[in-house]
Amino acid sequence: MNADAKLNHPRTRLIEVNHIQTRFGAAVVHEDVSLAIDKGEVFAIAGGNGCGKSVLMREMILLQQPTGGEIKIFGQNIKSMNEADIAALRRRCGVLFQHGALFSSLNVIDNVAVPLREHTSLSKQLIEELSLLKIASTGFPMASVTKYPNELSGGMRRRAALARAMALDPELLFLDEPTSGLDPISAGGFDELTQQLREWFHLTIVIITHDLDSLWRIADRVAVLGNGKVLGIGTMSELATSMDPLIHEYFYGPRGRAAREQAWNRK
Amino acid sequence: MLYEAARISFTPNGTLFCAGAWTLDHLAELERQILTLPKTTVGHIDFEVGAIDALDTSGAWLLQRTLKQFEGDGCTISLKGLSNDFATLMQTVAHNWTQTEQLQPLQPTGWMARVGQFAWSYVVNVRKGLAFVGETATVSFSLLTHANRIRWRVLLYNLQVDGLNALPIVGLLSFLMGIVIAYQGAEQLKTFGANIFIVDLVGIALLREIAPLITAILVAGRSGSAYAAQIGAMTVTEELDALRALGISPTSLLVVPRALALVIALPLLTVFANAVGVFGGMLIALIQLGVTFSEFLNRFEYAIVLRHYLIGIGKTPVFAVIIALVGCYQGFQVSGGVDSVGRHTTISVVQAIFLVIVTDAFFSILFNWWGV
Repeated sequence: MNADAKLNHPRTRLIEVNHIQTRFGAAVVHEDVSLAIDKGEVFAIAGGNGCGKSVLMREMILLQQPTGGEIKIFGQNIKSMNEADIAALRRRCGVLFQHGALFSSLNVIDNVAVPLREHTSLSKQLIEELSLLKIASTGFPMASVTKYPNELSGGMRRRAALARAMALDPELLFLDEPTSGLDPISAGGFDELTQQLREWFHLTIVIITHDLDSLWRIADRVAVLGNGKVLGIGTMSELATSMDPLIHEYFYGPRGRAAREQAWNRK
Repeated sequence: MLYEAARISFTPNGTLFCAGAWTLDHLAELERQILTLPKTTVGHIDFEVGAIDALDTSGAWLLQRTLKQFEGDGCTISLKGLSNDFATLMQTVAHNWTQTEQLQPLQPTGWMARVGQFAWSYVVNVRKGLAFVGETATVSFSLLTHANRIRWRVLLYNLQVDGLNALPIVGLLSFLMGIVIAYQGAEQLKTFGANIFIVDLVGIALLREIAPLITAILVAGRSGSAYAAQIGAMTVTEELDALRALGISPTSLLVVPRALALVIALPLLTVFANAVGVFGGMLIALIQLGVTFSEFLNRFEYAIVLRHYLIGIGKTPVFAVIIALVGCYQGFQVSGGVDSVGRHTTISVVQAIFLVIVTDAFFSILFNWWGV
């Protein structure tokens, strides 16, 4: 989706993060972080290790409380939510954790079926069919659906975890470093999958990554975090012209340059 | 949520009318409605789907599946009023479903095969267990001749955790055991007026059997399980592989110091348990039978032969080796995920207690033969 196409639709804000502060004891993770994510976009949060990307995501999915500031999801302030609101919100969000976090005592089908069994009263057969469907849509090899997580490769585990995140047909999908630890081919495949899923199911995707190739390929907009602040927000091309020294280093370091050149060549 | 509830039903003119939100929230209700639809095996059915106002993948699949069902029954189908957006979703779902059809249903294994696999797994387990015992033994012997290679720090740490820290609970339990035995004996002895024989009863029972057994069982539950869980978690996090890759033998770093620590700690704990247990018995003897402490101790010196004490203590190093080896072995057997850690920890405790009691019975028979 390019910028022009977006102008035709009124933008809907799905997530608003206003002046978030996060502190762990004396360590300040976020000093003042603000950003807004629109419906239908792939929004990436980038930045170096330890800049608080994952913490920000955990705050958005209500696994952690920020020290200060407010977060609005689907127009609702998370602080004013009661148990029922939170449960409803959780059903509309899918989360892919960094290492998959598949339940090791369950095989792949059962892992994907967990949310369906927990939140719906569908028949056993329909749940199994839906689980298989989700697994198929992530490109997970069908021959391995009865395997247990420890028998899977890293890439397969990631896909299975994605299928579980998609089980309840979420509108909003959070991906925490989906391509870290994958070989370039698998990582590229995962990027393609992300794009495909977004086209198929009109998802809004928040992706935490420091994989520059992924950023160029799939992100509509990127927020770069650093020093507890948002150093810059915009499309990759906009950010590439940013004057901020940290962003500059990020994009024009040896790996950044290679990824950018590749992205230009592709275009 | 903003949409009206989903429904599917036949209209009087024979078209199937679908409406509302075909999303996961309403799917259970839809599934029930579909089950109650009358069976038609011939003819043509129009699916009027224009009134569906929301569709997600689950809803799309249910619709697809219903279509297939009617087709399978021999009807011809036409979809009417499907919007473009929903049509793409339907195609996507159909496309994805074709991939699941490659899936072969698993062949259930026959009972003969299952019995065979079960038996074989036991054989393999015994062989692995023996290999583990053998490896530990060789490493231990080579360490005994090179005492400077023993990991003293690990050994001392385990002595503290598994020995010193176990004192309160071992003391409390054996004290209570002393009380229980004395109480039970007191009732019987009082009827014969043989009050003083409470000393023989408490002394022999505790020193020879109860105290070593109770201590061993407690240590198996306390330390054996900890060994299995620690080593198991290390297997899961690949720490054991890291040790091997660094050229450090997990047996010499993890197993031998733990086994040695228990071999030292368990006899000492048993001595402590003996003392506290006998004290518990003395208290009851005083309260129930009027046997004073000095009478009790006089009789104790005379009635309890040293060999009862030595036999009791002598068994404990064997128990210690069993507990440590079973715990560590089960830790090494952990494979894969976290649930495996839990399972092997349980197995380690059950096996250790089982083996301790079996060994104790074996000792009893042996000593009986020898007439000690």
